[in-house]
Amino acid sequence: MNRRGRLVLGVLGAAVVGVLLWEGYKAVGDPDGTVLFGTRVLPRTDDAAMPHVWTILSRFGEPELAGGHPIWLVVLQACLFTLRSVAIGFVAGGLVGLLLAVLMQRLRVVERGLLPYVILSQTVPLIALAPVIAGWGGRLSIGTYPWQPWMSVTVIAMYLAFFPVAVGMLRGLQSPAPIAEELMRSYAAGWWQTLVKLRLPASTPYLFPALRLAAAAAVVGAVVGEISMGTRGGVGRLVIEYSREATTDPAKVFTAMIGAAALGLAVAGVVGLSEFLVGRRRVRA
Amino acid sequence: MTAVVLEGVSKVFNAGRAGEVTALTGVDLTVASGEFVSLIGPSGCGKSTLLRLVGDLIQPSAGTVTVAGKPARTARADQEYGIAFQQAGLFDWRTVQRNVELPLELRGASRKERAERAREMLELVGLAEFAGHYPAQLSGGMQQRVAIARALAVHPPLLLMDEPFGALDEMTRERLQDELLRICASTGTSTIFVTHSIPEAVYLSDRVVVMSARPGRITDVVPIDLGERGETTRQSPGFFTGITKVRKALRGDAMPLVSA
Ligand SMILES: Nc1ncnc2c1ncn2[C@@H]1O[C@H](COP(=O)(O)OP(=O)(O)OP(=O)(O)O)[C@@H](O)[C@H]1O
Ligand SMILES: [Mg+2]
Repeated sequence: MNRRGRLVLGVLGAAVVGVLLWEGYKAVGDPDGTVLFGTRVLPRTDDAAMPHVWTILSRFGEPELAGGHPIWLVVLQACLFTLRSVAIGFVAGGLVGLLLAVLMQRLRVVERGLLPYVILSQTVPLIALAPVIAGWGGRLSIGTYPWQPWMSVTVIAMYLAFFPVAVGMLRGLQSPAPIAEELMRSYAAGWWQTLVKLRLPASTPYLFPALRLAAAAAVVGAVVGEISMGTRGGVGRLVIEYSREATTDPAKVFTAMIGAAALGLAVAGVVGLSEFLVGRRRVRA
Repeated sequence: MTAVVLEGVSKVFNAGRAGEVTALTGVDLTVASGEFVSLIGPSGCGKSTLLRLVGDLIQPSAGTVTVAGKPARTARADQEYGIAFQQAGLFDWRTVQRNVELPLELRGASRKERAERAREMLELVGLAEFAGHYPAQLSGGMQQRVAIARALAVHPPLLLMDEPFGALDEMTRERLQDELLRICASTGTSTIFVTHSIPEAVYLSDRVVVMSARPGRITDVVPIDLGERGETTRQSPGFFTGITKVRKALRGDAMPLVSA
């Protein structure tokens, strides 16, 4: 109860601070932005660059185009569309990460051979990768079911999500003390039993931080993937579309951005909730 | 039938590399079935190493280790022994009860059987009311007792115990010594027991194996004959004679006793 109250207060407080910063800067900042040595270090504050918070919020209630659906509905639908890619990418990425971690823990050779590639995989810029994946996807089909653009987005989300899980879980699986491993050996426990009874439970403190990173990475991957591939239906697409109208309807693009941020928060919330539920069953002194 | 036979066993850690340590050299030791043998000696003389060799947790550099008439490796696969390490080594995500159940679980015991046996063992070590606690909520001595309960839970034919009572208060220690002797006698369990306490070694053992360090080796074996242990054993002259003998052996024969 106390904990929940503090959480709600924290969320509200953060929102209030955000609004105050936004409006405060808008009130005192130079409308043309601050330029130092020829570089703009602070953004412009006029209504075209930084609409008032209430303008943005009221924009949610107005129709997207004259006579169309209200924008909150459009953004919500786009977020749900993107959520599918995020969710599947997160789960699949988590499983791939877990599998890689188990493999690397099991075989030193694999760890030595694979880990550099796992790390290398994350240094490839997403913007460069997205078109390649979209291109491959275009030539694939799942049985008779043709490859859909959102699947490419899912693959990118997965590609980013597997990494923190693989690295975090590898550390977690390697975390048991030698004495615990000797104990399992003394019971003549096999590799599988040792994994299930010792390594996996010992790695839960590493699992949830990894999952939180993976969730954030999946959202970023999906949204950026949609933006760079222009996938129809997702919130990333809305960001591009609305930003083209920035001169005539500056508040619009911010509604899409708030939608993307809310998506990230919702996914982080789900991970946090599951951690809370798992943690509640276990006392930690 | 012998429980454990070590023949010409040596153990060198990091052989041929920097930090080479000869932990044990030329160890010959036979533990008869049902016999209680204590290992005593200065810190670093290889007592824990000897236990690990018997448990096939490390391999000897030379010599052979036979447990229950089989190579140590086979004996481990057949789960011929239970071990309690110098540190408790509990799983901190399991309750006390589930920690004790772990070896039973791995042997495929039924849920009911596991719970019963764990209860019984926790009662024995005086921790029944802590069954639902987590290891982090217990004191060091209590954790050690859980580890003892865990080692005893499967009633192994051979018990390997590494300073199991080190962290306990004197009263609990004496009570657990008696319980351990009772269990070993009633189930015919053979025991190798590491301790730093001379009275403890003498009270518990049929034989006390005295070791010395650098390199680790057996220097003496002191037979103890106290008969049935009881209330009066700790005050008996035989007990004090045993203590004197072991102390003398620990000092080395070259050094004469100044006084008794
Ligand atoms: N895994 C290891 N790697 C390298 N050296 C080791 C290892 N284990 C033990 N040793 C060395 O072997 C020697 C014997 O160690 P051991 O733990 O058997 O001593 P001990 O008699 O149990 O001592 P204590 O009474 O302090 O527990 C020590 O010199 C120690 O440094
Ligand atoms: Mg030791």
